[in-house]
Amino acid sequence: MNDTLLDLTGVGLAFAGNRVLQDIDFNVPAGAVVSLIGPNGAGKTSLFNCITGFYKPQTGRITFGGHELLDLKPHLVTKAGIARTFQNLRLFREMTVLENVMSGMHCRTRSGAIAAVLRTPRQRKEEREIEAFSRDCLRFVGVDDDLDREATTLAYGHQRRIEIARALATRPKLLLLDEPAAGLNSGEKEDLIALIARIRDERGISVLLIEHDTGLVMKASERVSVLDHGVMIAEGTAREIQNDPKVIEAYLGQDDAEASLGF
Amino acid sequence: MSEQKVFTSRLFGPLSFLFEHRATRWSSIAALILLMAVAPIVFGQYATVILTNALLYVVLALGLNVVVGYAGLLDLGYAAFFAVGAYTVGILTQHFGINFWLTLPIAVCAAALAGVIIGGPTLRLRSDYLAIVTLGFGEIVRLSARNLQITGAASGLSGIEQPWLFGWHIARPIDFYYVFCVLAAIAVIVSIRLANSRLGRAWLYVRHDEDVAEAMGIDRVKVKLAAYIIGAIYGAMAGAFFAVNLGAISPESFSFTQSVLILMAVILGGMGKIPGVILGAFIVILGPELLRDLGSMRLLVFAVGLLLIMLFRPSGIWPGRNAQR
Repeated sequence: MNDTLLDLTGVGLAFAGNRVLQDIDFNVPAGAVVSLIGPNGAGKTSLFNCITGFYKPQTGRITFGGHELLDLKPHLVTKAGIARTFQNLRLFREMTVLENVMSGMHCRTRSGAIAAVLRTPRQRKEEREIEAFSRDCLRFVGVDDDLDREATTLAYGHQRRIEIARALATRPKLLLLDEPAAGLNSGEKEDLIALIARIRDERGISVLLIEHDTGLVMKASERVSVLDHGVMIAEGTAREIQNDPKVIEAYLGQDDAEASLGF
Repeated sequence: MSEQKVFTSRLFGPLSFLFEHRATRWSSIAALILLMAVAPIVFGQYATVILTNALLYVVLALGLNVVVGYAGLLDLGYAAFFAVGAYTVGILTQHFGINFWLTLPIAVCAAALAGVIIGGPTLRLRSDYLAIVTLGFGEIVRLSARNLQITGAASGLSGIEQPWLFGWHIARPIDFYYVFCVLAAIAVIVSIRLANSRLGRAWLYVRHDEDVAEAMGIDRVKVKLAAYIIGAIYGAMAGAFFAVNLGAISPESFSFTQSVLILMAVILGGMGKIPGVILGAFIVILGPELLRDLGSMRLLVFAVGLLLIMLFRPSGIWPGRNAQR
């Protein structure tokens, strides 16, 4: 269980001389739920974007299951087994719930234009598989009906879960969740914690979580890393992090310092 | 509603009830075939020529619809692909004496190559820049045709032989009318099947949100390139049959105005909606004909009509599925 799945060494990212990430060493073991917390603007989403290939760090290495990720375009990172959700809901407009989730299966299927025009038996079988697996992912996250409604017309909490289903449809080994609890009420947060546990336990998918809600982080993850001003300042169990003076300092001066540390 | 039903309503809008059940689907298709078959007999030879032209535009507009409507890439030089098809057939039959039917696969390859040439370097561009580059590409193809010896320069190619098919000499207007009926039918079927496929959905994903599509594992360059190539093949097939129908082609058939007219058919009817695009093609061709009595004013009246349509129905004449709810 202690095999390292995702490994970052010395990752540094700068935009026009502005250093966003500095010398980040970080890893996610296989089968773990790891959280990344930090004040606003600490560079958490930038780190996500480096892992998923949207940003190219100037220094350092990122490997996934032993393979180099840095040279891969985002779609190949996904194909390699890393799926993500977005901080702001980004479901495809004017498309149904099911169609949204079907997008995840794209990189696991092959049929092209000619097969589509000829409706070959292989293509039809593949279409059925895409639909069946997408329905399965939706059922897993607890969205059972309204599958052919436009996704963006559904309630906020539903849309969050559909995003997770869409990411699961790519058959990932590692799932990156970017503030999945934002905008959820406390009941929905409990459901989310349970869902994260099931994703790891039932599907064997490791989870890397970015979150503001420290309470949720403490319950959902075994290990927490803290990022501040682009520097990794602490790493440890939830309890260790809560008492780390560096972490408390990083959150001081923030209006919600006490609330976010859960004291 | 099933997924199939959602898909049908996206493509057909208010006519979708005709296609939802097997029985009504086949009877409406049968009625349509009958109507198309008797139209030239009922309306006479002049109307047949006009209808043939309208069907040519149906094929062209459905091809451009793959690029603009499905994949969301603005193309102002679509006539270039039309020209590639027409000139490939013209040159190969005239200069090399190759049988028309054998030139078709070559025309398809030439068009696919042209699609890669225009698509490859431009796919990183945003829509407005893309429009300018495609416009330039259209002009380059037209000007090349105008200045090269092999394309017959400004006077073009003439005397292109009309083809035989199993002892049937496709020569009279009515023959070509039926040929174009078949072409348009194939174009419609291919469009429907593409839309309802993995690739068709990928076009929608990329059109709605490129970054998210990429994060879901979709290679946007590949998917967009596929749209260009498929659009190009539609254009080239239309061009090939256009060349043998007229027997002569000249660079002026492939002007910027031609590209705009095809784009107008797509936008007028409603991008991405197949009956809308077909309707758009018919309006673009039949509109000026029906207004012929107005004499020199007809294009002005036609233009005002188009402006009014765009003012009151900016997303096309054909109602979308949102409009029904």
